[in-house]
Amino acid sequence: MTIAHDFAYLRPATVPDALAMLADHRGAMVLAGGTDVVPWLRDDAITPETVVDIKDIAGFDAIDVADGVLRIGPLVTFSDLIASPVAAEHVPALVEASHTVASVGVRNRATVVGNICSAVPSCDAGPPLLVYEAAVEVAGPGGERSIPVLEWFLGPRTQALAEGELVTGITIPLPGAHGGCYAKLSRYRGEDLAQVGVAVLALPGNDYRVAFGAVGPVPFRAPAIEERLAGGGPGDADPAALDALVDEAISPIDDVRASKEYRTHMSRVMLRRSLAAAAARLDGGGPPYGEQVI
Amino acid sequence: MIRLTVNGIEHTAEPAGAESLLATLRDRLGLAGSKDACEQGECGSCSVIMDGELVCSCLVMAADADGSEITTVEGLAPAGELHPVQRALVEAHGVQCGYCTPGFAVAAAHLFEREPSPSADDIKEALSGNICRCTGYGAILRALTGLAGEEP
Repeated sequence: MTIAHDFAYLRPATVPDALAMLADHRGAMVLAGGTDVVPWLRDDAITPETVVDIKDIAGFDAIDVADGVLRIGPLVTFSDLIASPVAAEHVPALVEASHTVASVGVRNRATVVGNICSAVPSCDAGPPLLVYEAAVEVAGPGGERSIPVLEWFLGPRTQALAEGELVTGITIPLPGAHGGCYAKLSRYRGEDLAQVGVAVLALPGNDYRVAFGAVGPVPFRAPAIEERLAGGGPGDADPAALDALVDEAISPIDDVRASKEYRTHMSRVMLRRSLAAAAARLDGGGPPYGEQVI
Repeated sequence: MIRLTVNGIEHTAEPAGAESLLATLRDRLGLAGSKDACEQGECGSCSVIMDGELVCSCLVMAADADGSEITTVEGLAPAGELHPVQRALVEAHGVQCGYCTPGFAVAAAHLFEREPSPSADDIKEALSGNICRCTGYGAILRALTGLAGEEP
């Protein structure tokens, strides 16, 4: 076992304590589930002088609803979300995405907040949080602020959190009646990053929200697709026109997991199937949540 | 200095830096049943039960595990005995090179503790984080579905 570099390990019990530690130790790394941070530390991909473990902060593990807003604390794991009746009721597409994250042993530790803080382009929480129009609640030296998820992802592994800031939760305005879907292209069940991720929300009145992951530098919404779909049934848009809009929206890469062409083809297929599933779920039918459409 | 209760026995250890729980178990406490393979949470060979939850011990910082209760493959059954999932794996030849077996045994034992008669799909989902490089999945699945009284 080679430990190339050491660091101070701190465990604050309150948000003010955590903020004071982040202010006193520039470049400190916040640790929640650790499923990304621990291997990064071990591989020297990051070399902070201080690690601030937030697991002792009371209330950070809560999922609750108040004043029409669902709040997900920074210690809520994907397993917690899967087990939560409140999440199943209000944000079923986010729960569907949670089922696709890695495996049981990883989901028991990996947090939703950590997933978007790591901000890899394929993060499974990104597309569903975009269609649910979530916000990231942040506390920092300048007080508190709320960052719309639409403005959160700045680039691969880069997000809007500033030096000294701490995420205190994710908030989602209750979407009301809707059908949702998250489809993930991966090579096998178990630990694999998405090669394409598609999230769709179908709202009453033929109103649709569409987001993609893993086919661009950041997860993103696709407004041109949403405008084309608006006002019609999920199958009403001309398929060739829809495919062309998908091609314009995405910028997939070639890598060891999938070719650009394959990602493009599957993005088109997955959008059509996710739209159909989300619309059917809005009407009380469709495949049960958790049953992948590909 | 951290304290761990491992398989019912209390230990103290002084992990360094980002040392993983897996490294502490293997290199400091001499419990080499949990295997060190991918160190990325992809293969499941380091699976242990931490405070009642299945985790990849390579992804848990040892410092963060202070005060926790851990069950490793060595603690699934009393010395000299086999846990029912271990016996099922032996009887169905669900072992080839054996490197992944401790992780499969721990993940399966954790599943059967919560759900005594899981479906074949439940078993596949619970073990989806465990990779067998010999690809001996058929025999592993037959062993565990047999234990559950299910068809594979």
